[in-house]
Amino acid sequence: MTATIAKRLLAAIPVLFGLSVVVFGMIALIPGDPATAILGSYATPENVARLNAALGLDKSLPQQYLAWMSGVVTGDFGRSYALNRPIIDIVLERFSATLLLAGASLLLATLFGLLAGIVSAVRQFGLADKAITLVVLIGISVPSFWLGLLLILFFAVKIRLFPASGMVAIYGGGGPLDILHHLVLPAITLALVATGVIARLTRTAMLEVLRQDYIRTARAKGLTERRVIYRHAFMAALVSVIPVIGIQAGFVLGGAVYVETVFQWPGIGAMLVDAISQRDILLVQGGVLVVAASYVLFNLLADVCQTLLDPRLK
Amino acid sequence: MSAAAPLIEIRELARTFGGGRTIFGTKKPQLTAVRGVSIDLVQGETLGIVGESGCGKSTLARMLVGLDRPTSGEIRLSGEDLSASGTKALARRVQYVFQDPVSSLNPRQTIREILEAPMRHLLGLGRAEREARLAKLIDDVNLRPEFLERYPHEFSGGQAQRIGIARALAAEPDVVVLDEPVSALDVSVQAQVLNLLDRLKRERGLTYVFISHDLAVVESVATRVAVMYFGAVVEEALARAMFRAPLHPYTKLLIDSAPVPNRKRERLAGDTGELPDPYDPPPGCPFAARCPRVEADCREAMPPLEAKERGEGHRAACFYPLAA
Amino acid sequence: MTGAAAATQSAAPSQQRQRRERPSTLALILNNRLAAVGLGILAVVVLAALAAPILPLADPDATDPANRLAPLFSAGHLLGTDALGRDMLSRLIWGTRVSLLVGFSASLIAAFFGSAIGLVAGYAGGRADQVLMRLIDLMMAFPYILLALAIVAILGPGLINALYAIAIVNVPFFARNIRGITVGLARREFVDAARLSGKGPLRILWSDIMPNVLPTIVITLSTTVGWMILETAGLSFLGLGAQPPQADLGSMLGDGRKVMFTAPTISLVPGLMIFLIVVSINLIGDGIRDALDPRLRSGALARPSFRTRMAKDRRRPQEEPIPADTSGGGHPGADRAGWNNEDHRDEAPILAVRDLRTDFHMGSEIYHATGGVDLVIRPGECLGLVGESGSGKSVTAMSIMGLVPSPPGVIAGGRIGFKGEDLAEASDRRIRQLRGGAVSHVFQDPLATLHPLFCVGDQIVEAIRAHQPLSRRDAETKARELLDLVRIPNAAQRMKALPHELSGGLRQRVSIAMALANDPELIIADEPTTALDVTVQAEVLRLLDELRRERNTAVLFITHDFGVVSEIADRVAVMYAGRIVETGRTEEILTQPAHPYTRMLIDCVPVMGEPERRLDAVPGRPPAVNRLPPGCAFADRCPRVEADCRTGEIPLEDKRGSLQARCLHPLSPGEALSGGATSKGSQGGKPHRPEPRYPGAHAQGTSP
Repeated sequence: MTATIAKRLLAAIPVLFGLSVVVFGMIALIPGDPATAILGSYATPENVARLNAALGLDKSLPQQYLAWMSGVVTGDFGRSYALNRPIIDIVLERFSATLLLAGASLLLATLFGLLAGIVSAVRQFGLADKAITLVVLIGISVPSFWLGLLLILFFAVKIRLFPASGMVAIYGGGGPLDILHHLVLPAITLALVATGVIARLTRTAMLEVLRQDYIRTARAKGLTERRVIYRHAFMAALVSVIPVIGIQAGFVLGGAVYVETVFQWPGIGAMLVDAISQRDILLVQGGVLVVAASYVLFNLLADVCQTLLDPRLK
Repeated sequence: MSAAAPLIEIRELARTFGGGRTIFGTKKPQLTAVRGVSIDLVQGETLGIVGESGCGKSTLARMLVGLDRPTSGEIRLSGEDLSASGTKALARRVQYVFQDPVSSLNPRQTIREILEAPMRHLLGLGRAEREARLAKLIDDVNLRPEFLERYPHEFSGGQAQRIGIARALAAEPDVVVLDEPVSALDVSVQAQVLNLLDRLKRERGLTYVFISHDLAVVESVATRVAVMYFGAVVEEALARAMFRAPLHPYTKLLIDSAPVPNRKRERLAGDTGELPDPYDPPPGCPFAARCPRVEADCREAMPPLEAKERGEGHRAACFYPLAA
Repeated sequence: MTGAAAATQSAAPSQQRQRRERPSTLALILNNRLAAVGLGILAVVVLAALAAPILPLADPDATDPANRLAPLFSAGHLLGTDALGRDMLSRLIWGTRVSLLVGFSASLIAAFFGSAIGLVAGYAGGRADQVLMRLIDLMMAFPYILLALAIVAILGPGLINALYAIAIVNVPFFARNIRGITVGLARREFVDAARLSGKGPLRILWSDIMPNVLPTIVITLSTTVGWMILETAGLSFLGLGAQPPQADLGSMLGDGRKVMFTAPTISLVPGLMIFLIVVSINLIGDGIRDALDPRLRSGALARPSFRTRMAKDRRRPQEEPIPADTSGGGHPGADRAGWNNEDHRDEAPILAVRDLRTDFHMGSEIYHATGGVDLVIRPGECLGLVGESGSGKSVTAMSIMGLVPSPPGVIAGGRIGFKGEDLAEASDRRIRQLRGGAVSHVFQDPLATLHPLFCVGDQIVEAIRAHQPLSRRDAETKARELLDLVRIPNAAQRMKALPHELSGGLRQRVSIAMALANDPELIIADEPTTALDVTVQAEVLRLLDELRRERNTAVLFITHDFGVVSEIADRVAVMYAGRIVETGRTEEILTQPAHPYTRMLIDCVPVMGEPERRLDAVPGRPPAVNRLPPGCAFADRCPRVEADCRTGEIPLEDKRGSLQARCLHPLSPGEALSGGATSKGSQGGKPHRPEPRYPGAHAQGTSP
């Protein structure tokens, strides 16, 4: 088992390497003079000269990559010229907010997605199935940035149950309860799509499993229907649902961009949008690298979970 | 029969899957499906190849028609080595009938398209010529001409297998390799197909390689039989001779195991039917662990396939063959 | 050829035509009410967007600051105006036009390149596949929208750049899906057949693989278009897509957000439009998927319930009470001659099935998989149930404990007498108690019938503890003893083995051990040795035979092989088209059957040691069980058929010795069949008739 996990870890190394190459390549792909493009309105001659030196643009690409990479490994992502701060500081600060939001959403989505999927499959064609199918359809079709507005208009403006924006109250905020209070609306908004997708796939996987021969065997053994469904069928279905949860983690991390913008959640998504609008490419680069790398690690975790559950994958 | 020059000579044919090394330098597991098979095919005979799952008979069959390339060894067709020339070179003269008749027909092509393909691509025939041959071919396999315009899903298993046979014959081959041609069919349909194969062989002067796990079927169609176990031929003889008195203990086990109506069998023999690990083959006879006649030397070296006291035509790979 | 036969034949072609033609995909989609609704909504939206230039709309970009933020339904502005006083209706329709165009273009680009990559990688395999898929993996290593953001960051904000970004990030999705399908197809035998037909790789890719991949591309496209429209709108919402004055729905929503609290409709209306478009496309996508996916098409994804559904108005045989304590069989003729075997004659039967009818409801068709089956098994007796695929033998066996999948299976009538109790009337609770307890099962393919994720020891323990109040430890000890009993070497170690780690023979021994766990009185074995090799089959058969004799367990043994039957069964029942056509003692059936079908079924199989015997094929095919002819179902294929065979109900009656047959003109002992129909005309000249198809045939797994 340890060997299997080690093998997966080793397999993640080339992915992380490829990732860094792609992110590094962002700069090289920018049309025109990179330093001028990156600096934009901050492009004073001395800034251009400083950035050129920092990027090592006079050297060959592999050398540039090595220089950049050695910086990344030591936590030096360069400097944001728009915000005039080290990139690593901004990214880590913002990323923790995103992790909270995305983590809460993924948890909600997994919980409710699995539950809805199972109920839907077990009550196939019944009323509960139809209701869940409808909600799922709406969930995967509704634009989250629009849903966020609806929720704000109703819950924040109309009945004033939850705050409309931000992560903490401006006066006297910051406690865990305060953050939780702010978290509710954005987390629900972000979770809805992923819940729908997970519910759908769980339903399909359950239906697929329930008509397998080994389910007939379980019934022929005289097991209770509860045991047949929640142990035999669900465990088998989970094997194919786990990678979906891994993929949904990516959608949640990405979808955070919209939700953070709508709810002014101080996460990395909102930061990226601002950075792109201001052509702060180095900040975009740093943000993308951190989020993508953490996503790879999460998928690694999902992979290991799947292997633990299904020994055939060894 | 033994006097005639062989149509196909198979020499030391082997096929290995996997192997090589990973990027970290560790060895990847390697599986030898066929380990050094040498056998001749004589014009006009039906060579039955018998064995259980995992014995390598299907891999051997696929190599014979070029669907799979041997790792080593030769396939000589009328004296010419074709083992490395790929499917097209072999397909002109050696054709193949698949086990599962339905999945061997493309669900989105009409029977006409399926049957015309070999005529176009292998024989290069023009439209008029193809039309004439199609009519003859479809009649030969007892199907009606209007079936040409239909799609495979409209046919039963038996009909689909007759289409599969027609496809194989469309290329006008000399040899047809039949890989379990009736085992996916219902028993009442099996006889239809077997009788059809028999008639076609006589009418067209074909040579068959008939692969099956069903001894009774092989006994009824084959003139000569080769028994495979764990990737190698362990016995080879004229069909009658082998079924009357096998030399190899495995052949005897196979024959005794076949269910026969109205034959009660003896008590439990305790054979688990376990094959050796194909990733870690034993040095000696792979049947040794199950063999009632096993001696110490059986476990040390693989006995060669050679003639015993029953004449040149009856060979067995066993140090302690059975008496007649 | 009699008149009745001619009539069926002339009626047949029209039926065949009607049945053979599959309903068109469009018809299937329209049949799906939700998909039709989606199609309706989308049609209206697309038409409006297409007609934008000719509709009497205000200039979408004409500002009118005096008239800003006009409410809904104000004069001249049906949907009001935005913060710059621009007409919202006009902007909505023009914006929809842009959004649809961008969304569909992005989808098509992604579908084209993604599918191309998938096809090439899947078919070429090897190095090319590895390199391409590693690149795709790399793209998928980025969270989806993040990659789009990065691309926009490089290219700069703008509608076209957003289009490219969304197209690019969706390429991996298509590539992976299509590659998966292509890899599966490239291994299919028809691709091998194409190679053997002399086709080159490119031709095979184009003419053999492409047509089979196309439905998947369409399904993938239809389920992603909505998503891509959503995402392009999202980028515009963030200000990274459409740039002013150009507007799509997303940027309208983004603009509206700034005045959200004062004029919410300005942002809500474009959002609603996006939602409507995406919902309608998703509805259509689901409809297309349901129509094109063969598994969904046949309704196979229906969930089988705990127990086969019992028809409310089912036929109940109204004869004598269930024979429990009487020595008579359930059948009037039983105690006279039919059901006896010397050892078992006087005992009360364990199982007495009367007039069992199991139907399959497939769409509007009802297939009578079993049409009135009578069976009696006495303690310690083994009854072999023989028949071809589709004869209803498995359905009969699975009906006893309600294991026929429902939907589509329905028990439409009959009595399932088990030791004096009618199982058709029993409660679910009682059925569960009996399953695996007094009545256990052994199924065909032991790899598919054991749970793949649980070790075999646990699976046996589970079976024990479902019926016996044992501690886990005691149950484990018992499980180990059971593995020893079925002669599995190293039982203690094998307890922890997963099914896939065992050979086929060992797996089936595990299944047998599990069936014996609670000392059953009846074992129902459905083709238990069919998936095994001959030498393994022989051992498993012997094992089963010894165990059932030692424990005096009754066995219902289903098989298609007379050789297997003769090794284990005391009595044989032969099924054809859903009914038992002949039954009697094994030796008698095998040597001198009374029913011509039995005779022909025996004669058409080659037998070891008789290579010279001519194989007489049974001409024609069994009738479809949803359109059974009147009279004898075998009449069309029978060489002894007479006019009276084609009318009325032909009962299963005593013939001679132990034999009962459903035949008006039975064979006398040793009589051979004349006119065995192997002639060419009767094989090829028969009208084409679709085989009876219902899920039971698949459950049997007779066509690998």
